[in-house]
Amino acid sequence: MYDAPKLETNVQAKENKIAARNVQVYYGETHAIKDVNVDIQDKTVTAFIGPSGCGKSTFLRCLNRMNDTIDICRVEGDITLDGENIYDRKVDPVQLRAKVGMVFQKPNPFPKSIYDNVAYGPRIHGLARNKAELDEIVEKSLRRGAIWDEVKDRLQSLGTGLSGGQQQRLCIARAVATEPEVLLMDEPCSALDPIATAQVEELIDELRSQYSVVIVTHSMQQAARVSQKTAFFHLGNLVEYGDTNQIFTKPKDPRTESYITGRIG
Amino acid sequence: MPVFWLVLAVLALGVAGYVFGRMRALAAAGGDARKLHSRLNYYGVNVALFTTIPALLLIAVWMIAQPMLVNRATEGTIPDTFVAKGSSIDLVMSDVRRVAEGLDLAVARSALSAKEARALRADDSDIRGLLGEVGVALGSDVKPEILRAAQTYRELSKTAALWMTGLVILLALGGLGYSIARTRADFRARNVVEKAVMGLLIGAASLAILTTIGIVLSMLFETRNFFGLHSWSDFFLGSTWAPNFRGDSELSILPLLWGTIYISVIALLVAVPIGLFAAIYLSEYAGAKTRAFAKPMLEILAGIPTIVYGLFALLTVGPTLLAIFGDGGALGVSWMKGATSVLTAGVVMGIMLIPFVSSLSDDIINAVPQSMRDGSLGLGATHSETIRQVVLPAALPGIVGAVLLAASRAIGETMIVVMGAGAIAKFSLNPLESMTTITTRIVSQLTGDGDFSSPETLVAFALGLTLFVLTLGLNIFALYIVRKYREQYE
Repeated sequence: MYDAPKLETNVQAKENKIAARNVQVYYGETHAIKDVNVDIQDKTVTAFIGPSGCGKSTFLRCLNRMNDTIDICRVEGDITLDGENIYDRKVDPVQLRAKVGMVFQKPNPFPKSIYDNVAYGPRIHGLARNKAELDEIVEKSLRRGAIWDEVKDRLQSLGTGLSGGQQQRLCIARAVATEPEVLLMDEPCSALDPIATAQVEELIDELRSQYSVVIVTHSMQQAARVSQKTAFFHLGNLVEYGDTNQIFTKPKDPRTESYITGRIG
Repeated sequence: MPVFWLVLAVLALGVAGYVFGRMRALAAAGGDARKLHSRLNYYGVNVALFTTIPALLLIAVWMIAQPMLVNRATEGTIPDTFVAKGSSIDLVMSDVRRVAEGLDLAVARSALSAKEARALRADDSDIRGLLGEVGVALGSDVKPEILRAAQTYRELSKTAALWMTGLVILLALGGLGYSIARTRADFRARNVVEKAVMGLLIGAASLAILTTIGIVLSMLFETRNFFGLHSWSDFFLGSTWAPNFRGDSELSILPLLWGTIYISVIALLVAVPIGLFAAIYLSEYAGAKTRAFAKPMLEILAGIPTIVYGLFALLTVGPTLLAIFGDGGALGVSWMKGATSVLTAGVVMGIMLIPFVSSLSDDIINAVPQSMRDGSLGLGATHSETIRQVVLPAALPGIVGAVLLAASRAIGETMIVVMGAGAIAKFSLNPLESMTTITTRIVSQLTGDGDFSSPETLVAFALGLTLFVLTLGLNIFALYIVRKYREQYE
């Protein structure tokens, strides 16, 4: 109880990790994201909320250039990570995604062993020089994914054989293993039951100590529980962005208030 | 009454039954179709089915049984002594049937009256000349016994046909009456009709299965005959394939099996990499437009008849290879003697299998969920790393299944090897020599005037059965693998 206000003051002092300026996204003819400006802070959980189709996932996927894999998608404006424009020709999206990790809506472990799932990123990026180091990375990541105790005895069994909640934590561990600076989560709990959701939320709160976490969620309670900053999207516009407390208690925009009280969306 | 008219009559009764059934049902419901258990049509169809199906079935059974029974009855009238040595009763009976047909024809053309045909005697008329006039040529003069048997045959057939007509019409009318009597407002006509439709579907399904069993059984019996005439140890363990007509043939499957496997392996070496790379390009790199154009183009290859591939082997690939490896060829070596070789057939068969491998693999790669790719790309893997380390391993069981299916096609392929591989059965590692396969030997043993009781001909069935078992095993294995793969995502 005592810690809570202290945390809030800490948030204010943190520096910006990602800055987006005048971002526009088009899918073919559709203007999906309109003129979004947002600063995402380091070591903070930022929640994107809004009704379905409002563009929050699209915007999230801009942050690690996952939209590049969609042919008809076009992004304009500036998005900087630590001051460097990620859409610059100098930046390889492949390298960027190692720095900005992503966890998806549906748990998507590879049909490989649990160990190989976690070791996938480190192997690709050459983070371990030998087997011992790799073992260490895998264990550390699984611990950080809060799943180590459940799987430590069966690291060689298939990742796809785990339960839904375990799979999602495995995916988080897999994302953490590449040592990202930012972790993007696209509705990470939407396919999970309440118990698994609680575990993942707890995990997100712990991850905040090391990473900047951006989470898209449909659940307002979840946003209120896990995030310090909240951005409300509506019809492709960023309507309101501020401290989670303020958004949920004293929203400035009438649309935000309507959404939070359940009148739109 | 000819069978055609009989069938028509039954069908006409069926149509009438349909109308009656509807009328009767409507009357039973007091003119309000909604008071019926089923929709009005079902009552009509029910009556039509009861009228036609038993009657048509009876016609079918009768048509099969009648010649057999009449044959047996007629056979009884021919004295045993009449069958010459070295001949058989079957041959005599075919003469009898021929004369009987000739008489039928003569009556139909009014060259004879029905009474005359019955009273005809071999002694006092030129039956051969008479039948010759109506277009039935006989090999020799008709003997009295044969003529008498033919006349009996005609009589019996005629009586039987009459009985059939009567019984069929009776059965149709009976079915009509029975089902009309059953038609009441609460009669569950829909259930009956749908059961009949289900019966039809079951019939179609079992026909396919029964045919397969029939094919296997017929091969099994002929194979047993073969092993009665030829030792199984030579067939399975011998080393030489040398059929001759002196009766001391060496008929070993092993050299043929070697040729089959060698050619199939070369075909797969051609088809698998090319097909797989094509599939990867199509499913992972090609844009929607390229894909829409290229995939059908590739699949056209699968529609080319294999005989055309055979021509391609014979006219293009073989001579090209000869121009490279043959005497005075581009390489200056003379490793290749003729255009037909294992390599020729293997390469062409590989080309034939490319669309097979690529199309199946393409489907399988596409079935790997996009979330797998996203997960890998989201970790900072490149496109090619994603394909190599996530997509292909995930699709691997399916791809293996596709390759095994392709292999079983390669093993069973005939025309390309007939035209491209040559006809010499031997063990050799040199792919530039001509060799032969199981399928080509089956063709050559069965075409021409083979005697179906000699091991040289019957060996074809043993070869066919072995081939069947081989490809069946491969197919089952492939399906098992493909199915196991499916369980992973669904």
